[in-house]
Amino acid sequence: MAEKRITIQATRFDPEKDSAPRLQSYDIPFPDDSMVVLDALNYIKAHVDGTLSYRWSCRMGICGSCGMMVNGTPKLTCNAFLRDYWPRPVIVQPLNNFPIIRDLVIDMDDFMHKLKSVQPWIIRKQEIPLGGGEHRQTTAQIDEFKQFSQCINCMLCYAACPVYGLNNDFLGPAAIALARRYNLDSRDEGFTKRLPVIADSEGIWECSFVGECSVVCPKGVDPAKAIQQTKLDTTLRFTLPFGNRD
Amino acid sequence: MGTESYDVLVIGGGLAGIRASIAAVEANPRIRVGMISKVYPMRSHTVSAEGGAAAVLRPEDSYETHAFDTIKGSDYLADQDVVEAFVREAPIEVIQMEHWGCPWSRDPDGKISVRPFGGMTTWRTCFAADKSGFHMLHTVFQTSLKYEQIHRHDEAFVTKLLIEDSRCVGVVALDQRTGRFDAITAKAVILATGGLGRVYAFTTNGNICTGDGMALAYRAGAGLKDMEMVQFHPTGLPFTGILITEAVRGEGGYLTNKNGDRFLKDYVPNKMELGPRDIISRAMVTEFESGRGFEGPHGKYMNLDVRHLGEEVIDRKLPFMRELGREFMGIDIVHDPIPVRPVQHYMMGGVGADISGATEILGLYAAGECANVGLNGGNRLGSNSLSECLVFGAASGRAAAEYAGSAKPVTANPVDAMLWDEARRVEAAYLEKTGGDEKIGTIREEMQRDMDAGAGVFRTKEGLEKLTDQLGGLRERFGRIKIEDSSRTFNTELTAAMELDFMLEVSQTIVASALARDESRGAHARRDFPERNDEKFLKHTVAFSRGIEDPRPRLEYRDVRITNFKPQARTY
Ligand SMILES: Cc1cc2nc3c(=O)[nH]c(=O)nc-3n(C[C@H](O)[C@H](O)[C@H](O)COP(=O)(O)OP(=O)(O)OC[C@H]3O[C@@H](n4cnc5c(N)ncnc54)[C@H](O)[C@@H]3O)c2cc1C
Ligand code: SF4
Ligand code: FES
Repeated sequence: MAEKRITIQATRFDPEKDSAPRLQSYDIPFPDDSMVVLDALNYIKAHVDGTLSYRWSCRMGICGSCGMMVNGTPKLTCNAFLRDYWPRPVIVQPLNNFPIIRDLVIDMDDFMHKLKSVQPWIIRKQEIPLGGGEHRQTTAQIDEFKQFSQCINCMLCYAACPVYGLNNDFLGPAAIALARRYNLDSRDEGFTKRLPVIADSEGIWECSFVGECSVVCPKGVDPAKAIQQTKLDTTLRFTLPFGNRD
Repeated sequence: MGTESYDVLVIGGGLAGIRASIAAVEANPRIRVGMISKVYPMRSHTVSAEGGAAAVLRPEDSYETHAFDTIKGSDYLADQDVVEAFVREAPIEVIQMEHWGCPWSRDPDGKISVRPFGGMTTWRTCFAADKSGFHMLHTVFQTSLKYEQIHRHDEAFVTKLLIEDSRCVGVVALDQRTGRFDAITAKAVILATGGLGRVYAFTTNGNICTGDGMALAYRAGAGLKDMEMVQFHPTGLPFTGILITEAVRGEGGYLTNKNGDRFLKDYVPNKMELGPRDIISRAMVTEFESGRGFEGPHGKYMNLDVRHLGEEVIDRKLPFMRELGREFMGIDIVHDPIPVRPVQHYMMGGVGADISGATEILGLYAAGECANVGLNGGNRLGSNSLSECLVFGAASGRAAAEYAGSAKPVTANPVDAMLWDEARRVEAAYLEKTGGDEKIGTIREEMQRDMDAGAGVFRTKEGLEKLTDQLGGLRERFGRIKIEDSSRTFNTELTAAMELDFMLEVSQTIVASALARDESRGAHARRDFPERNDEKFLKHTVAFSRGIEDPRPRLEYRDVRITNFKPQARTY
């Protein structure tokens, strides 16, 4: 039987040489049904073309570094199976809506700034000393924020977001979900500190409830819900005195 | 090329590195801390840890039993004073994580919950479902963002430690985005670069776990301690090596062979599935060799069965395992047994460091998996490592901050020259190299295959000698590699080549240390010396470099520090 093969078309772009990104085609063996798109890239890098650049590490869907556009949809390449695409070619491109540094590697600066801007840490009026032990928290209280704490910062939601695509000032799905994660944590008292950052940020009102972000999220986070809830908070801000919203 | 200067410089943005950075700033808010990581910190491999972090939190538990479990688990190769200090600090660190927002799973009364884990005689492993490392890493990383004193260098790859007058004064790092070499100097440097699992083919470790920090320290003259002690976890998914956490057995999962027997009754009858990793991995290999394993498309395996736990428990306590099974194996662990086999998982060995993380090089500290502070000895107990990253990350951060407070400033002159030399070395060896016919991918795969075969769960003198020759041959071929990518922009072929260079270096120390230890202890099992030999080998191996001319490490031995627990036979 002839060896099973698959065609991978990957974006190539080296700013030192190229004026625009182009697709390069690689025809590689596909001997095992367990292979994922990332395995194909690794095969190319090790055996065909050492110059192909992309990010990856854990290969188990948790480090968040291997997000790319696979046939036009944002995916973690470490759990996008080749068998779902074969015998058609697989087109692998850098995540949409971000500047490209090189090949499949995108520029994350903007995202990292947004992450920090929502003050993603526990804010308290008064710290309790370590000797005082843990804060009590029930499973029901954890369930309040649990889904928003599952975000692996893979940025697939940004690649899918039509609002972010038009306006990079939009804080965006994952950052808003993260703010929500802390706001909903029973240990946190930072709601009023975070609210202006989010409410006054560009774009939140443009979010049209499309919910593309929640559809592509590989970790079951529902950023669209976080955004809707945040809109509600923001409206409440004008109806409730500040002090009562902690 | 540029230079940047800090009081304390941390290499590594995993749990140990971030904890160290925060501790340094909290010890002295006036200092400036640099934190370098070759990937964005939240990508560090801590993110993949599943099971949890051990700490004595329950009234029915005690420091003594945690210490004893750890020491017995280490096959008496742990330094007992270090273990005793560790068990006292671990609960404080777990509470600190809670205050920073870690979503620890809770008991009905709202307190942090604990689960059983292998080799622990009581329930003491704190967990955040089965994504403990993920939640811990994101918690410390997000918390670190509030400290303006911590300045990050993300996606910067350290190629060399700067040593001046036998003191470590900083590093040379390649900025991956621009391809620029920078000297980043500091009065104190902390290595927190994680493990080296990628020297093996079948491993739970991510692509970034290439032993860089160990190789950097070794080349700078530091000793690598107990490098023969490599942990193989019993339950990796065939093909990918993705880990199925020990918590699966902690929550009551069974390991069965192809006859349907819970075969561990013949090996660790009193502990069964909660025996220590080294012994269970050997039991599995022994069963495979006796023909009692299943045969699958990706080799032999055993079944790990949680079906009797029921969907509710699985979804509450092991949701990620269900997700991994579904996404990567196409099985639902609620209805199907999970195929597993032993897989390289953790490095007990590492840069020799004392209880505060100080190495033998002035100004250089080490913490986390890249370090060997004497906690894990011959076999680490599951869930002690995340706690170790916290306890010794914090200790090294404080010690480095204190040392930096009194240390002399770093002088620019020799640093500039060292930076120039290092940049030239990398350019000549890789970027501007012409000719060459060896692919790094090929050499890497051969190294990994050879290490699996020769330095795996069981070892022999012949196997290790053969491996020494193989590694020598690979090192020679490495000199003839061909680098196709000459771009300065995000050149991952260049970093992969430097990682391979580091891996070949640390592999040599693993093999030489294993060859010299003519006994079986902890994870180091020699078929030709099946017994433990306390008379000769109740000692740490320390490997030193003889320089680039001679690849064979020079080995020294150091006594193990025994306080309250006399070595006994290790049965479970
Ligand atoms: C799948 C899996 C599950 C695990 N589960 C558990 C568990 O349940 N409980 C437990 O206690 N332990 C567990 N462990 C072990 C534990 O997770 C690790 O030992 C620990 O997280 C290591 O943390 P670290 O901070 O030392 O290193 P890492 O988190 O690996 O971080 C290393 C850092 O160093 C940086 N770095 C490395 N080289 C360079 C360089 N040349 N230049 C610049 N930066 C560099 C990297 O970018 C990274 O930021 C598990 C391990 C694995 C693989
Ligand atoms: S919300 Fe989901 S898609 Fe967006 S970054 Fe987080 S994990 Fe990725
Ligand atoms: S490689 Fe880590 S998420 Fe895919």
